[in-house]
Amino acid sequence: MLWNTLLLALREIRRNVMRSFLTVLGIVIGVASVITMVTLGNGATQHVTTQIASMGSNLLMVTPGRRMGPGQQGMAPAFKNEDAQAIAREIGSVSAVAPVSTGAATAIFGNENWSTSVTGTTSEFIALRNMALESGRNFTTSEAHAGAAVCIVGQTVREKLFGSQDPIGQRIRLGALSFQVIGLLEAKGQSMGQDQDDLVIVPLRTFQRRISGNQDVRLIQVSVRDGDATEKAQQAIRLLLRDRRRLAAGEEDNFQVMDTKEISTMLTGATQVLTGLLGAVAAVSLVVGGIGIMNIMLVSVTERTREIGTRLAIGALEREVLLQFLVEAVALSSLGGLFGILLGLGASFGLKSVLQVPFVFDPGIAIIAFLFSAAVGVIFGYFPALKAARLDPIEALRHE
Amino acid sequence: MVASTETNGTALIELQGVTKVYGEGQAAMRALAGIDLRIEQGDFVAIMGHSGSGKSTCLNILGCLDSPTGGSYRFQGVEVSQLTRDQRARLRRYYLGFVFQGYNLLKRTSAIENVELPLIYRGVPARERHAIARRTLAAVGLEGWESHSPSELSGGQQQRVAIARAIIADPSVLMADEPTGNLDTARSEEIMDLLCRLNREAGITIVMVTHEADMAEYARRIVHFKDGRIESDQKNGRTD
Ligand SMILES: Nc1ncnc2c1ncn2[C@@H]1O[C@H](COP(=O)(O)OP(=O)(O)OP(=O)(O)O)[C@@H](O)[C@H]1O
Ligand SMILES: [Mg+2]
Repeated sequence: MLWNTLLLALREIRRNVMRSFLTVLGIVIGVASVITMVTLGNGATQHVTTQIASMGSNLLMVTPGRRMGPGQQGMAPAFKNEDAQAIAREIGSVSAVAPVSTGAATAIFGNENWSTSVTGTTSEFIALRNMALESGRNFTTSEAHAGAAVCIVGQTVREKLFGSQDPIGQRIRLGALSFQVIGLLEAKGQSMGQDQDDLVIVPLRTFQRRISGNQDVRLIQVSVRDGDATEKAQQAIRLLLRDRRRLAAGEEDNFQVMDTKEISTMLTGATQVLTGLLGAVAAVSLVVGGIGIMNIMLVSVTERTREIGTRLAIGALEREVLLQFLVEAVALSSLGGLFGILLGLGASFGLKSVLQVPFVFDPGIAIIAFLFSAAVGVIFGYFPALKAARLDPIEALRHE
Repeated sequence: MVASTETNGTALIELQGVTKVYGEGQAAMRALAGIDLRIEQGDFVAIMGHSGSGKSTCLNILGCLDSPTGGSYRFQGVEVSQLTRDQRARLRRYYLGFVFQGYNLLKRTSAIENVELPLIYRGVPARERHAIARRTLAAVGLEGWESHSPSELSGGQQQRVAIARAIIADPSVLMADEPTGNLDTARSEEIMDLLCRLNREAGITIVMVTHEADMAEYARRIVHFKDGRIESDQKNGRTD
């Protein structure tokens, strides 16, 4: 009986292909967007995770601000150069330390100008970040100390300012000061819609004096010597900084020392919140799709009143008619769901190269989306089906 | 054989003082004003009467499609008004076949699918269903028309599909409301021959509404309706 009912429902859907398709469009769009969001979100998360993991597990990132997530930094005092120096000097398991401050500036070369991000740091930064020089050289210690006007440019900056010219040895203007280009970074490519080659690196001291105008350090990157426990170093840095920032015994930390795992949790946290939010929006469109199905099923019940009358006259039970219309609604919404899943996966696959995130297929979300769309069919098909089943046979037969 | 053989116990169908009133108050319309009717197993009854005399109303009540306002309807001794909706549906499913005045075939559905519909509700497996439906269509002379939809069939052919659908599940009673209403004489006679054969050979009790005297002649018994009452009820002189 159920099998027959299903065949009957599919035949009814096939009879009105165009209408059936328009009916389930809401569900198709809803499911497709959920699938796209989640697939791309998962891809972004995975991308961030692998990228941070590729930095090595021995990396620590020290930022000012309480442990409350991003955006809280302004509440706590920034670090000073001396904090970074103290970490390098006093903690034995640390192999390299790079204090970092960043800002935006317009780089000018001849008639070309390009607004980019300027990073003030030390010569350790490039190796710490897994970057490499394509040509030229890194800062020398004396350049760093003296706050010399030298810089290293990324590939995007080179392309925008110099075209095919060799940048090494040229002078560019950043703000009020002219810098000599001493190095060119290797291309790193896009990451989650962000160009990783769009930057200029200058010595920290130069940045503080000539660009930001203050002594603040916003980030200290630390790498722990291979073989030494990261947690121990983390703890040691914490105690050192508490001391240097003169925190009393009961006071909370006003900075964070994060390892790579915590960094990726922090970075992916934002994508996950976004994914969840967009998923909720998409779920609303599923409900709208359900109402569309209910509407069409009601129209269909009215249109097919005589058919229902005939079936009842032949001896169909109330629940058999109910089942027929319910199965039809569920078949309709499930097909919509299936179509939406395929569409969503297709869209994610198409967008993966645009957004530079890997394609991560999550069968769980596909199954949930499918079940959800089937449930939409049950919920919104029930009322029309009940209406059909409750028809009086003779009234239904008389219906014009 | 006259209708009033009250002595031999339970009849297949027994109507007592059945009334049907449509509407209420001022607008009330008395379609049946007290019908007493007994139909025995194997009978072939033709119901005649002017338009509006209550023939269809009565047949719908007999077919358990409609319920009377008053009076009693017993089917094989069972009071139909006491049955639940589902029980009445089962009664229709297992005992009654109905040929509607307007055929009521399912649109855009092939003849064979229309015909096998009652078997679907009886839970007959597909293969067996197809075989029976094919045979039944052949019995009404529609061999080779199985896959045609109603819109591709003539009025007479649609009528025969409707009859095939009504008899496919071997009902005890076949109710037919003007089964020849829209047909020419030759086609009408074909249909009547078919009904006679079903009555004679398969022993199916037939109740047929018609306003054509020629068609009523095929029946064993003719009941005349007038203004919601039975005006006359006679055994038909025809012998076969
Ligand atoms: N659903 C209804 N609502 C109100 N009145 C109805 C309804 N159905 C039938 N009637 C009335 O009941 C009376 C009997 O109708 P019925 O259909 O039984 O007549 P009939 O004998 O079958 O006529 P015909 O030969 O034209 O088919 C008519 O006067 C009709 O107007
Ligand atoms: Mg009538």
